Amino acid sequence: MRPERDPSLSSWYVDETYYGTLVKDFSDFSNWQRDELAVADPALRDRCRALLEREARLLDQGQLDEWLALYAPECLYWVPGTPGGGDPRREVAIVFDDRRQLESRIFRLRTGYAWSQVPQSRTVHVVSNVEVFRTAEASVWMIRSTFLVSEFRAQQSRILSGWCAHRVSEHAGGWEIRVKQVNLIDFDQSLRNLSILL
Amino acid sequence: MSKLEQPAAPPGTLDEAAPRRNLDVLVQEDRVHRLIYTDPGIFAEEMTKVFGGIWVYLAHESQIPRNDDFVTTRLGLRPIIVVRDSAGGIRALYNRCTHRGTTLCRHERGSAKAFQCPYHGWTYLNSGKLSGVPWPDGYACDFKDAQFNLAQVPRVESYRGFIFGTLNADAPSLAEHLGPVTQPIDEWLDRHPGGRVVFAGANRLKYQGNWKLAYDNSCDGYHVVFSHRSLLEMENRLADESKKGMSFYRSKPDDAPMYCRYFGNGHHFKDKRPNVEQRPGALWEIEGAHPGMEYFENEIRQRLGDKANRALDLAASEPVNINVFPNLLILGNHVQVIEPIAVNETNLVWHGTAVIDEAGELEGAVDAVNALRMRTMESFPNFGEVDDAANFEEIQRGLAAIEDEWVYMHRGMDIPGRIKVDENGVITAPATDEVFMREYIKEWRRIMQSRPALRVRREP
Ligand code: FES
Ligand SMILES: [Fe+2]
Repeated sequence: MRPERDPSLSSWYVDETYYGTLVKDFSDFSNWQRDELAVADPALRDRCRALLEREARLLDQGQLDEWLALYAPECLYWVPGTPGGGDPRREVAIVFDDRRQLESRIFRLRTGYAWSQVPQSRTVHVVSNVEVFRTAEASVWMIRSTFLVSEFRAQQSRILSGWCAHRVSEHAGGWEIRVKQVNLIDFDQSLRNLSILL
Repeated sequence: MSKLEQPAAPPGTLDEAAPRRNLDVLVQEDRVHRLIYTDPGIFAEEMTKVFGGIWVYLAHESQIPRNDDFVTTRLGLRPIIVVRDSAGGIRALYNRCTHRGTTLCRHERGSAKAFQCPYHGWTYLNSGKLSGVPWPDGYACDFKDAQFNLAQVPRVESYRGFIFGTLNADAPSLAEHLGPVTQPIDEWLDRHPGGRVVFAGANRLKYQGNWKLAYDNSCDGYHVVFSHRSLLEMENRLADESKKGMSFYRSKPDDAPMYCRYFGNGHHFKDKRPNVEQRPGALWEIEGAHPGMEYFENEIRQRLGDKANRALDLAASEPVNINVFPNLLILGNHVQVIEPIAVNETNLVWHGTAVIDEAGELEGAVDAVNALRMRTMESFPNFGEVDDAANFEEIQRGLAAIEDEWVYMHRGMDIPGRIKVDENGVITAPATDEVFMREYIKEWRRIMQSRPALRVRREP
């Protein structure tokens, strides 16, 4: 990687092709959430489940450096504001963070001046209904899971819920997350203080 | 011993409510009473006199581009369908069946020539006219009588794509109501090819606080450095702070050429453009880091050469806040709408806008411009507005303290030479002044003390 292409410092990888692939692979989930692509191998499914459980734990414990280390250098954390994600080149998303912006997001939360997270939310991420699907690439998998996030902050508790698509690939004997797409069930409604990572 | 305070609005029994709501007491030159943010009775009256008695923003024409397109929205608390009817006219129909009151349409947007009530099946054309009821032989009445047609907002007018409505037959024309705030709106639109934009998704926020807390904040240059310190530090992480947009507010913002302005009729304006060099590309240079920035900037430069700077400026956040009372805030590249839900609950919908280039002024670069522009727009709702909304909620909590009654808005007051008033009454002050707040709340008081005659109309 040339230094000026370091995804922590510049965003060359979010290019036309990247967007095109996102739209093709994510916006219509019936393209990939297909029974004939579902992985039956319990060992593989268990490894995927373990990845999501670990991610949930790191988020709940505020270990955001470790959380981000689960992600590929050229990654995306995406909360669409349109069903399936739409085309993010033409419409705003609730969140569309590349590597650099995720690092900025975490930096901001740690300044002590991000008033929406002072004091911080307490969360419990519950991940369930984990299904793994093959893709056209041999070492790349799509994981569909459902989530409930119980969040307590400012004297109130609430539940956020929806389903996630994780695009993961094998890396150094483990996994790395390339894309996490979070589909809130109420993505098109006004939501209070969405300042935690889902 | 220090002096004990006499309350201006002592808490009392229900029959004492009227004097407690004396707005000449609750709105003073330098401060307002907590009750204007917390009293359910005042809120109920706002939902008729402000949201009904004056021109209120309803929707944008780009949301209903073709005949029969509709969006559902609210005028205050009234459920409304804004529709481009089958003849092409824009109407704001009450989303309320004339039979027994059921809402007709529960979708947020769509296309329909007619609306059928899900309760007993009365059906209305999108002009609002009743077109049929099941088993009419059970009725002695004539359903051609206009009283059975849908109620609709009697006056609906657009200003360059922004659709407004009022129930007040005596209200001035929309143009007159807007007055000089149309100048910054024109400038905001005219920086785009064809002088227009289309809506492109939205960031939708909610806070548990009164709607006026958002309107108070919309021109508040005083809070920026403190409330948005985390955002300023975040931008500073990657670049020289002196180049970044929010850093207009660095050190002593009142010494910068930006200003705030009060136009009358409740409308105000924060203009940060004078802080930016007036040359193509200057706005883009102060934009923060966003996904895809390096790639798409390079694409646009390759394609457009020395015309690239103008295109890139369209992806950068326009440094203005144009606040049209009571609910339309045009800021950056967003069209933000304030939706009151209850005295202590408000939705803030930040509609994104996209550039369209029918004449080809951008020589094929419009898609790349929009791909950048979508990302620049996501930044503030994510890293700025969440903190504002958290503070609005904390104001509402603070205002629950009954005996501590006053909210101050006197910054810039009584300082000789600080505030300028031109021959048309337009007021200009340094960027952190609260003069816009004092002025708009006086207008709010005038409206709340008026007795507007609110009317609906029905198709004949
Ligand atoms: S309430 Fe609509 S048809 Fe009866
Ligand atoms: Fe703010």
